[in-house]
Amino acid sequence: MNSTQAIIHHESTLSPGSILTLNQMGLLAFLVSEASLFSTLLVAYVTFLGRDTIGPTPREALSLPLAMVSSLFLLSSSGTIALAERQLHRGHRRGFQFWWLLTFLLGAFFLAATAYEWNELIHKHQLTISRNLFGTTYYTVIGMHALHVTCGLIAMLIVLSLSFRDQVKSEPGGAVELVSWYWHFVDGIWLVVFSVVYLWGRSA
Amino acid sequence: MAIAAQQRELAATAGWTAVLHEWTTTVDHKKIGIMYVLMSLVFLVIAGIEALLMRWQLFYPRHDFLPPDTFNQLFTMHGTTMVFFVGMPILIGVGNYMVPLMIGARDMAFPRMNALGFWATFFGGLLVYSSYATGGAPAIGWFAYAPLTEKTFARTAATDLWALGLLVSGVGTLTGGINFIVTILGMRCPGMTLRKIPFFPWTMLWTSVQIVLVIPPLSAALIMVLLDRNLGAHFFDTQNGGSAYLWQHLFWFFGHPEVYILILPAFGMISEVIPVFSRKVLFGYEFMAAATAAIAFISMGVWSHHMFTVGMSKTLDLYFAAASLLVSIPTGIKFFNWLATMYGGKIRFASPMLFAFGFLSMFLIGGLTGIMLAIAPFDFQLTDSYFVVGHFHWVLIGGTLFGLFAGLHYWYPKVTGRMLSERLATWQFWLLFVGFILTFGPMHIAGMLGMPRRIYTYDANRGWDIWNQITTLGAFLQTPSYAIFVINIVWSYFKGPIAGDDPWNAWTLEWSATSPPPSYNFEHIPVVRSRRPLWDLKHPDDPDWKYE
Repeated sequence: MNSTQAIIHHESTLSPGSILTLNQMGLLAFLVSEASLFSTLLVAYVTFLGRDTIGPTPREALSLPLAMVSSLFLLSSSGTIALAERQLHRGHRRGFQFWWLLTFLLGAFFLAATAYEWNELIHKHQLTISRNLFGTTYYTVIGMHALHVTCGLIAMLIVLSLSFRDQVKSEPGGAVELVSWYWHFVDGIWLVVFSVVYLWGRSA
Repeated sequence: MAIAAQQRELAATAGWTAVLHEWTTTVDHKKIGIMYVLMSLVFLVIAGIEALLMRWQLFYPRHDFLPPDTFNQLFTMHGTTMVFFVGMPILIGVGNYMVPLMIGARDMAFPRMNALGFWATFFGGLLVYSSYATGGAPAIGWFAYAPLTEKTFARTAATDLWALGLLVSGVGTLTGGINFIVTILGMRCPGMTLRKIPFFPWTMLWTSVQIVLVIPPLSAALIMVLLDRNLGAHFFDTQNGGSAYLWQHLFWFFGHPEVYILILPAFGMISEVIPVFSRKVLFGYEFMAAATAAIAFISMGVWSHHMFTVGMSKTLDLYFAAASLLVSIPTGIKFFNWLATMYGGKIRFASPMLFAFGFLSMFLIGGLTGIMLAIAPFDFQLTDSYFVVGHFHWVLIGGTLFGLFAGLHYWYPKVTGRMLSERLATWQFWLLFVGFILTFGPMHIAGMLGMPRRIYTYDANRGWDIWNQITTLGAFLQTPSYAIFVINIVWSYFKGPIAGDDPWNAWTLEWSATSPPPSYNFEHIPVVRSRRPLWDLKHPDDPDWKYE
């Protein structure tokens, strides 16, 4: 079987009573596994909270205002990506590209804020991954999340370049919808990461 | 049919490079399934040889056939290989081949991701074995307890390659799991509601749910090991405050559901074979289905019964003992339903049923020793002894392997179009059955006499030698049974009698396709009205859908 046939069979009927397309189901199953991955990393973070004998501790090192600003970038990008989807649904290609690009930029700002934060932590607070248990778990959790943001940004760039060639459609289970579901998930995970790493971490 | 003839012609005229190209680039679920199974058989031989080497070392007290470090490497690689590169891929392979056919689909939901899954598993295996190039495989045991995996204790890159290999093959397993979930939920043929799905795809669905939930925690834990070793992180580095206990929790949170990932598909195969060879419908389908889901859920809350002796609180001990005992209820439901399916049936002991019989008798015993070990005070005495080794081999071979052989003998005619030799299959079965009991039975006794697992030798005055010698003889008795199986599948492929579409007079959709099925499986997507569509077709006067 070649890949043309593989594509053809996707247009065959869905099973009885199915409310999601195959792509939607696949992405949701993948996101469940991602939730499982992040839960494990957060368990490690919480396990080691307050067990350090040398500093810095989360309260000493983590800057809440900075984290809140970067959170604002990321959370608002969930709104702009929804607006992009709406524009595409209405058939406004330019509008879609505008909001999509804005989403990309907000995600990139978030990454830049993370880079700034890490730079501060390493040089001002001497917090590296090998410094103490907090450094070990902090960089692992935040690094894994930043990796997911980066993957999302790459996916957005691919969709954007396809859009300039007019190859992006608004359809259930299409690339735009799947990237946006993934992006909402990455944002949602950030809310949990922020609450655990920053709020819980600083109060422990 | 024209396309199938065309393909056969093409295959007959093409040179070996074209054939190689076809197999390495294929996205056909059937070819990928065959590759999974063949790869697993190769790894089975490798891991089997590792086991034989260890058994020969343990034949005599104070035997000096293998140095201790080599012995440690061998049990690490034997366990790792059997779980990650034999057990899971062979079940995923059979599922890959059979699930789309059984639910009336033309392929898996994501054919290219399917190919990715196979190749990731394959290269993951190569990566793990490339650790030998560092001067020796890792000597950490398959569950790689911290801090043994830290740089301080495992200085070569072997452990890094082991962790990387499992990470890569984990990606392969995960994509496989996602693919099964979407295929089974989204691509059933018209009329096949979830209540009418054949039982093997149903068990593959729940195995896949477990894969999606527990493989990522293993990946996370492996990432932590790699960060510890290469960037100086302290997750499991006990000298700097890290926690060996955390690794045990993370590993067993994966490791315990893993054994159900390995057994549920075997349950599914048995549930296909027993009805067909008893000429009765599966007894208590709904209860069987619910029991499968219950096992999948309960088994995710029992992992710390592997850790009764690490010093958890009494509350945790009690909870994990009780939860572990709970698993025996849905498993018991299944067991009695299989017996009830056979009860009053017209049983025919063809090779698949012979292996199903082996499964039923042996898995029962493995299950019972599991109940014994779930009782915490009993486990305090026998944990990390040969009793445990005997127990889990009894479940994995008596359960998974016998169930798998039942499935392989049942479906071989569909895959190749030829029947296996029943005479060779019977020899294979009895050698395996007797050899298996002789190998793993005495391990229980050696364990109760105090023999710890993973020791490379022992003193003559402990009273363990006779039990080790019987075990080793049993292992060498089992060995020819695997050779017979390989001879049988190769010989029958060329010389076996032509099978026809439906040699067992079975009832599920895969038997309505030709043997072997064309690449598109079904010319017309079938429509079903009951759990046994082929029964309906063969008996239009008395179809099943009137009663279901």
